[in-house]
Order: sequence, then structure tokens, then C-alpha cells
Amino acid sequence: MEKTKSIIKVSIKNIISNKLRSSLTMLGLIIGIISVILLVGIGSGATTNVTSEVKSLGTGTLTVTINSNADATLEYSQMDEILEINNVESVAPYKNVSGTVSRGTTTSKRASILATTPQYMSIMNLTISDGRLLSNIDLNNYSKICLIGSDLAESLFEGTKTKDIVGQSLKIEGDNYTIVGILTSAGSSMGNNIDTTLIIPFTTAKYLKGDTSISNLYVKVADEKYIDRTTTLIENYISSTLSISTDYFTVSSQDSMLDTMSNISNTLSLLLGGIAGISLIVGGIGVMNVMLVSVTERTKEIGIRKALGAKRMDILVQFLVESLMLCVLGGTIGVGLGLGIGKILQTFGFNFSATSGIVIISFASSALIGVVFGIFPAYKASKLNPIDALRTD
Amino acid sequence: MIKLKNINKSFVLGGETIKALDNVSFNVEKGEFVSIIGPSGSGKSTLMNILGLLDVADSGEYILDDIKIKDASDNKLSEIRNKKIGFVFQNFNLLTKMNAVENVQVPLMYRGEKHDKSIKTAYEYLAKVGLKGREKHLPSQLSGGQQQRVAIARALAGNPEIILADEPTGALDSKTSREVMELLQELNEEGQTIILITHDINVAKQAKRIVKIADGKLYEGEVI
Ligand SMILES: Nc1ncnc2c1ncn2[C@@H]1O[C@H](COP(=O)(O)OP(=O)(O)OP(=O)(O)O)[C@@H](O)[C@H]1O
Ligand SMILES: [Mg+2]
Repeated sequence: MEKTKSIIKVSIKNIISNKLRSSLTMLGLIIGIISVILLVGIGSGATTNVTSEVKSLGTGTLTVTINSNADATLEYSQMDEILEINNVESVAPYKNVSGTVSRGTTTSKRASILATTPQYMSIMNLTISDGRLLSNIDLNNYSKICLIGSDLAESLFEGTKTKDIVGQSLKIEGDNYTIVGILTSAGSSMGNNIDTTLIIPFTTAKYLKGDTSISNLYVKVADEKYIDRTTTLIENYISSTLSISTDYFTVSSQDSMLDTMSNISNTLSLLLGGIAGISLIVGGIGVMNVMLVSVTERTKEIGIRKALGAKRMDILVQFLVESLMLCVLGGTIGVGLGLGIGKILQTFGFNFSATSGIVIISFASSALIGVVFGIFPAYKASKLNPIDALRTD
Repeated sequence: MIKLKNINKSFVLGGETIKALDNVSFNVEKGEFVSIIGPSGSGKSTLMNILGLLDVADSGEYILDDIKIKDASDNKLSEIRNKKIGFVFQNFNLLTKMNAVENVQVPLMYRGEKHDKSIKTAYEYLAKVGLKGREKHLPSQLSGGQQQRVAIARALAGNPEIILADEPTGALDSKTSREVMELLQELNEEGQTIILITHDINVAKQAKRIVKIADGKLYEGEVI
């Protein structure tokens, strides 16, 4: 024990006395560990972000997508037929419409127009801070009314209280629309920023270059247990009754979306982890290279130590501890820098999430690299014949 | 204490076999001061390496302190070197990045001695070889004679059965050589067994017993 302590001291001393070389050796490993932390952190950040958005849809919701190139269309008037399908509770068609939103001389550049139904708002958990929600009457009357997001409200009605905005009007493609409600701020979700969105009744879209055919639809089922059966029924309806060929539409549940997402993100994590792993191996080879040079350089020292009574194990431990410490130190610096850079990326809006698992894996793999790539040079040193070692200069 | 019997050692170099030691038999008793003298290439260092367990003979028997060396494992050889043998080399062979005390501590460390205790021992022996006040000096900050004293202190610190000195004065001027030889003589008077290897008859003469070596053969008592 006493001996091991002294041998470790010798190793530390040697790392310190070769500062430049030690830092350069560690650099490779530091970069490797930083890339592990960052790539995996960004990968899992993206995954948690996407899955939480998919989950926000709530379970029991099906997503129907119909390609606009399809040979037939689903019309708003056919919503009743879908509602009649067994286990369908509600349907929410939605459509993104293009158009310029303005008020007086102010034109909003960021506004995105979403034409939809009251059911969409409940499925997406959208609420209002002032005014009222969409109603079926709006849809039946093709009313020129709208609800607007909080950022949009602020940019068009600078400084006006939201409750005073309700009842005012704005122009979409030059037509007057009355604002009936202000959406509660919710940030972005599934690539849409609710705060810059303007919602109009689905039917009203016909005034805005849009037809009333439906390409996106949410279907909420009454009983989740039979969601697969309902999926099939909807598919049958679209392919048989509407005669849209199956290549042109998909009906997917949240579960299957989550599956796809997690497949994609697992592949992504594996790929990123692989890239990071390669950089770790390159770092390890750097360590081995330096250790081999170090053994050659210190052949004389090894000879002297053996003459004075060092056993093979003592020499092995000395060199192994040296590479282990270089790697663990490099790993620690790498983890620190990786987490630091991750924090900075977070402030720039990246989804970076480093779990304690990846930190532990980083430490463990740097220690492992220290041992794996240090063992060969250390073994080589321990096998040196004292008489040959003493004879070198 | 040392018994060599019919030791042979050859080197093969470029197809040619050089017989470095030819049937060498040789005994050393406790407390002796033996010098082995011979011309360059006669096999002195080869003999020293075998005596010091740094190399093994091709044939013959070597018994050190009742231990048959031929049977010893590599680890056992390290242990015997550590406990029973103190080396003094021509080129000092100090660890260049360590100061005098740390160098003297090395054999004690491999013995598993506590750091505090080995420091104390190292200071004592450095004082004994006349290096008080130089303890923290690196080898590069010491003269040749002082470096050799550190090496002698290192050889002594482990309290070895025998000191093997291969040309200890070979790299020193005549005044420093004399000082180092006086130190060795003092140690011998205190009871330390010493084997000294040299090609210098004036150095050899300071030992109580002189053995001559030529072409790998040992001749006892015949002074040139
Ligand atoms: N490793 C080796 N490989 C080949 N030949 C060797 C080796 N070591 C020693 N020899 C040869 O063995 C013979 C004895 O060498 P040794 O080193 O013992 O001589 P020495 O008496 O110590 O000489 P010097 O006074 O010059 O140190 C020499 O002929 C030398 O060339
Ligand atoms: Mg020699």
C-alpha cells in the first residue's frame, strides 16, 4: 500500500513535470469527451422535445394526412360521415392558409393563418385570455372573424390592452375580420408558434384562395382501447368511400408517431454516439502513442528502478497510473467544458439535456481508455530487461 | 556469502561467439573488500551484472546468502536486488528528475517503507557521505563526485549485504576519486562487504584482496 502510494506520486510528478506534453495528450481526449457530451446531450434534448410535443396532443388522437396530389379529396361537408364512424368522438380539420395580415398601415410579416374548428382548439388544448372561442355558428355562417395570438396582437396593437383588442378589426388580404378572442400565450408547438398564429373558421378559408378540401385532420376517439380498429375504419372510409389510393394518405396514432420518433431519435443517438466514440478512440490512440514514446524515453529510468528493486508489477502500475490519470483528468476537463458549452448552447435556444448517465459514462469511458490504451505501453515497460535498459542512454 | 561455481557466459554477435566469462569460480565472505581488475573487454562488467542479478549466467551455479539464484523468479530477483545488493555505477545512474533525497529513497520505496521513515534514512545516509545541505539538489546541480556520493548513499540506504561498484571512480578526477575510495574504505571498516571493479591498479590496490580477470578467466592473488 505504502509502495503503491509512492508509485502513484511518481506518476503524478511525471505528468506535472511534462506539462506541455500532458496537456497535448489530454487535448485529444478532452475534445472526444466534449463531443460525446454535446452530441448526446443535443440528441436527447431533441428527443425529449419532440416526444413531449407529440404527447401534448393527448392520447387517443389520430392524425389523418391526405396528400394534396391525391385523385380525390375529403371535403368539409363529409366531416359528418367521419363522425359516424364507430368510436369517433370528434374531428378537427385544419389548414394553413396564406394571406397578408394588416391593420391600418401595419403589416404583420410573421403571422400564419390557421383555418380550423372549435374541436381543434380543445384537442390542442388552446385557450383564450380574452374574448371567446370559435363556435360552430362561425363555421356555418362562414363568418369573417378571427382569434389572434399574443405576439401578433402586440405587433398589430402596440400597447393596447388585450381586452380592448377584442371587437376591433384587422385586414386579411384586404378583407375586414373582427377579432373575437385573444389566444393564451403558449409558445411554439409541432413547428407552429401559437403566439403568432391567427385562427379563422375552417369554412371561412374559402375566401382566401383556399378550397375547403381537407388535407390535415385530427380525430379524437371515444375509447382508446379500440384505437387500432378505428384507424382501420377511417382508412377504409378514405380508400373505399372517397377512393383515395392508400399511397396518398396516412392515418397514424400518437403511439405510432412516438414509435417512429423514438426510432429516429435512437438511430440519431447511436449515430452521434458512434461519431463521438470514434473521436474517443482517436484520443485513446494519442494517449497510447505518447505513453509508448514515454516508455522509450525512460528506458534508462526503468533500468535503474529495476536494478534498485522494482518488480514488473511496480513498473506496470507506474505507467498505467500515468495514462489512467491523464485520461481521467482529461475526462474531467472534457465533462466540465462539455456541460459548460451545453449551458451556453441552451441560452441560444438549443435543446441540450445532459443526464447524469452520460456524465458517468464519460468518466467511465475515459478511465477505460486510460487502462485499455495504457496497458500495452505499461506492459512493454514492465517487460524490459534491466541490463538492456541500463545500457541505453 | 557469495559462491560462484563454473560460471560461463557467452554473447553471440554477428555469428561470432564471445566468451565473456569462462568457467569462473569465486567466493566472497562477509566483510571482505575485493577488487576485480582487468583490461577493457575482459568480462568485468559481465561478472558484475551476474553478481548483481541483472543478468543470468549460461551455466554454472551462483549462491547468494544460501539462495540458489538459478531458481529465482523475476520478481524474486527484484526483491533480492532490493534487499541484499547496493549498486554503484560508473555513470552514477541517478534518476535525473529527482533530487538527492528522492533518489536515495527509491530502494526503500520499493521495499514498502513508510515515506516519513525513508526520508529520515535518506537524510542520514546523505549526511554520512558528506552531502549535508545538498539534499534537495537535482543530479544536474551536483558535481560528478557529489553525484557518485548520492549513488553510494542510495546503495547504502537499503542496508545491503554487499555493495557492487563497477568503475565507481571511472568518471571522476583523481582528487574526487581518492575521496570516493576513502569513503568506500571507511564503509568496509564498518563491516560493509564491497566488490569493486576497476581497470586501474592504484584503485584496486586499496582493497584487501585483488582478483585479476583476463579474457573471461579469473586469476586469484596474482597481482600484475
Ligand atoms: N550484450 C552484449 N552483447 C554482445 N557482446 C557483449 C555484450 N556484453 C558484453 N559483451 C562482450 O563481452 C566481453 C566482456 O565485456 P564486459 O563489458 O564484461 O567487459 P569489461 O571488462 O567490463 O570492459 P570495460 O573495462 O571496457 O568496461 C566483451 O568482449 C564485450 O564485447
Ligand atoms: Mg565494464
